[in-house]
Amino acid sequence: MATPASPATVPSRRTFVVATLALAALLGVAPLLGIYPIFVMKALCFALFACAFNLLIGFGGLLSFGHAMFLGTAGYVTAYAAKEWGWPPEAAILIGTAASTALGVVTGALAIRRQGIYFAMITLALAQMLFFFYLQAPFTHGEDGIQQVPRGKLFGFIDLSNTLVMYYTVAVIFLAAFVLIYRIVHSPFGQVLKAIRENEPRAISLGYDADRYKLLAFVLSAGLSGLAGSVKAIVFQLASLTDVHWTMSGEVVLMVLLGGMGTIFGPVVGAFVIVAIESYLTAGIVIGAWRFGPEWAIVITGLIFVVCVLAFRRGIVGELGAWWVRRKG
Amino acid sequence: MNAFKRTLVGAAVAAALAIPAAHAQVSDNVIKIGVLSDMSSLYTDLAGAGSVLAAKMAVEDSGIEKRGFKVELVSADHQNKPDVGSAIARQWYDQDKVDVIVDVPNSGVALAVNGITKEKGKVFLVSGAASADLTGKACSPNTVHWTYDTWMLANGTGNAIVKTGGDSWFFITADYAFGHALERDTSAVVTKNGGKVLGSVKVPLNTQDFSSFLLQAQASKAKIVGLANAGGDTTNSIKQAAEFGIVKGGQNLAGLLVFLTDVHSLGLPTAQGLIFTETFYWDLNDQSRAFAKRFAPANKGIHPTMVHAGVYSSVLHYLKAVEAAKTDDGTKVVAKMKELPTDDPLFGKGAVRADGRKIHPAYLVEVKKPAESKAPWDYYKVRATIPADQAFRPLKDGDCPLVK
Amino acid sequence: MTEIFGIPTQALFGQLLIGLINGAFYAMLSLGLAVIFGLLNIINFTHGAQYMMGAFLAWFLLERAGIGYWWALLIAPVVVGVTGIVIERTMLARLYKLDHLYGLLLTFGLALIIQGVFTNAYGSSGQPYRLPQEFTGAYNLGFMFLPKYRAWVIVLSLIVCLSTWFVIERTKLGAYLRAATENPALVQAFGINVPRMITLTYGFGVGLAGLAGVMAAPIYQVSPQMGANLIIVVFAVVVIGGMGSILGAILTGFGLGVVEGLTKVFYPEASNTVIFVIMVIVLLVKPAGLFGRER
Repeated sequence: MATPASPATVPSRRTFVVATLALAALLGVAPLLGIYPIFVMKALCFALFACAFNLLIGFGGLLSFGHAMFLGTAGYVTAYAAKEWGWPPEAAILIGTAASTALGVVTGALAIRRQGIYFAMITLALAQMLFFFYLQAPFTHGEDGIQQVPRGKLFGFIDLSNTLVMYYTVAVIFLAAFVLIYRIVHSPFGQVLKAIRENEPRAISLGYDADRYKLLAFVLSAGLSGLAGSVKAIVFQLASLTDVHWTMSGEVVLMVLLGGMGTIFGPVVGAFVIVAIESYLTAGIVIGAWRFGPEWAIVITGLIFVVCVLAFRRGIVGELGAWWVRRKG
Repeated sequence: MNAFKRTLVGAAVAAALAIPAAHAQVSDNVIKIGVLSDMSSLYTDLAGAGSVLAAKMAVEDSGIEKRGFKVELVSADHQNKPDVGSAIARQWYDQDKVDVIVDVPNSGVALAVNGITKEKGKVFLVSGAASADLTGKACSPNTVHWTYDTWMLANGTGNAIVKTGGDSWFFITADYAFGHALERDTSAVVTKNGGKVLGSVKVPLNTQDFSSFLLQAQASKAKIVGLANAGGDTTNSIKQAAEFGIVKGGQNLAGLLVFLTDVHSLGLPTAQGLIFTETFYWDLNDQSRAFAKRFAPANKGIHPTMVHAGVYSSVLHYLKAVEAAKTDDGTKVVAKMKELPTDDPLFGKGAVRADGRKIHPAYLVEVKKPAESKAPWDYYKVRATIPADQAFRPLKDGDCPLVK
Repeated sequence: MTEIFGIPTQALFGQLLIGLINGAFYAMLSLGLAVIFGLLNIINFTHGAQYMMGAFLAWFLLERAGIGYWWALLIAPVVVGVTGIVIERTMLARLYKLDHLYGLLLTFGLALIIQGVFTNAYGSSGQPYRLPQEFTGAYNLGFMFLPKYRAWVIVLSLIVCLSTWFVIERTKLGAYLRAATENPALVQAFGINVPRMITLTYGFGVGLAGLAGVMAAPIYQVSPQMGANLIIVVFAVVVIGGMGSILGAILTGFGLGVVEGLTKVFYPEASNTVIFVIMVIVLLVKPAGLFGRER
């Protein structure tokens, strides 16, 4: 599959370094500026999730409609390990991420047997299956979720129950994962992946085992999504059905679509915008003469989808990049 | 994209204006009430905007503003997502100086808010959530669980039905923690009172078609088919039970969690004969009728459910306690709420127990036949009243750490 | 009385029949999806919402205009079909040159909008739709009491499914359709208005969803969420059946209804997941689906 919307708006190495440092600085001072840290942490978890998802759709050309299963599985495993086994946060996050990675191997091996729309529907169906598993399994406590998960002490001495400490921990994890994703995209592996996306038969004829590359991309994406879910469970101290429900799978597609598929920074921007809309919509937004209460959230989400698909396929970052290129060129 | 930009600007401005929360003192004389409810999905009708309205009416009726207090009301939608709900709760407490959070249908969100409220030393008045854990294992010195809970539903319905002759049961149970709890508690009550449970079937959530399970229930020949489910599952099973002639065949349906709005959406021809437990019905007495008369026109005609009533009377009692305690410090106010006896137009006289459980009578109701209904929303016959001291789980059985 | 695995044979017959009736809904919905996919190459995520619209229209006609079930059976699918045509002309038509996944994303967004608007307008707990007078009561089949309406559902859906199959596989119009699926440019060259054909096909496909919605109104609660959960199961049905054949969609729909019905007897906890499990097995054994072609 080709992704016509994103002419691989991958910035040069220098631009990337500068922008990432700027992002890191921004994250560093945000709490000092009075920006509510919980909001930023939530947005960062989703940004990581969206980046992981983008690795698959933007660079691998595979649209998964069931990515919530990785976010949610890791969340449940982490929450359970931290609460019931009393594991320290770093171990709980690791095992959660590992669980999602393993799940990625199994589901990926099944899903990459088909392409395009089939691939999307198979991932959706697999995720739905897992949703029912978590709904019915006693350890998740169904609708109640796993609550009061202790944040604990990172490496035994960093006390995460302090909001600011938690905040900087999340920021560091996010930045590390973000740089890792950039490295993956620019590795030889990433190049082959893009070649497969552009023209699979040609890549195969060049001797690349396309399925193995796609599977690896899928597993990496699953593992990183899992990391996001694990961190989220520690931040919010809970794991719930929300994160395995198919609407969550739709939400991450929306974030990436809005921010810009196949761009490095797009998913981050998309995640922040969607989380901001969601947060402010819970109390209602006033636009001109109209007031949109929370009951319009789902309609607005749908509208963003439609507008993006019809008129804004490059997404925010993609459009900005194109505008920049036009201006320079 | 204009909407986005403005939202973004709005978000940025709002974020920039945000300052770390100062600990709310009585000195600021502003009592800020946050109604956290489901405004956009499953529970919108039974809670939602109606809960905001009920809180507003309680503030008006308390007359507290005439005595120099300022009361502000904010509301938000938790979308039935525990992470969304807990983010709102934290922000309300940390930034927006909210003193008390009310309603919160959905046990997952309620348990999350319960923990945060305790951590921040504020007040949580639960009306919409069902989990009996809120006054059990997870009980907190900052939470009052007002309207109903799973134990009360199971006990009220199970007990009263067995006593009136419904001594053999078959359960259709939603296959997750909530349904399991309802089935377990009800079965216990049924067997304790000399009844028998002939069988049960666990049904996945959001099943469309219940006919297969209804046939199993029919074949069991149980006198009572207990529906241990909620929302769309309940309405679909009731609707299809009518189609398969379950009630006409001599069996009775017992709903374990049914609200007035569910009955309304089913219509009397389908819902007639259904038995379940509520702690409030608008047509109970003159005061409840007067309340409904004010409430319904402002709420799209939807008459008050027990959740709405619970929001109203819990806010009323909270404001009374704030005035009496002369502080809005959460832990102190809740202590005062437990100390003062409750008395309000909707639930009558009652009390808040040490574990945070509000005690009041419950009513076993039966849905009227279409011919018996005289007016719109005239839906229930009260079959039995369960006195306050028997309606809820005994204090000692809850494993609440606050109870020694 | 004879028994199979501890279940009386008679009860088993009853459960099989019930399964078949549920299969009727799967068949009608997956048929619509298959027709649309065949020609437009779009997975219509809005299908569940359009099914819900059909049910709501039936309710609306009865409640606001006093128009009963029989007329609703005719009017609602046409209205849903017309809205579908509008959607196709104004939005979907712009996407044909792009990757097919954009169609999926667009219809997903539309589904959210429709569902949200209906929730805001009519609340979340749903609306009652009475069983039509003609269908009150049940047939005594000896092994079970079959409500008359359920019998009607199975008859009507069989008629609709088979006539659709007949039109597509056995008539000239169907031949054009099939040809346009294979090679639109060639068919266009023969002087056939392919874009119009595509529009009408989409209208017809979602009309089928609307019809299924009207048929569902008397037995399922008419609520904004009624289509959202069903649609994922129907997707799985389509994956299992494979997209190539109309008959495949119909047979898989009915067949999986029966399988699901049996699961409800022997292991009800898995009745919502059994279809997904089958999907996984089919994918392992026959990736193109039971009746599908590799494409």
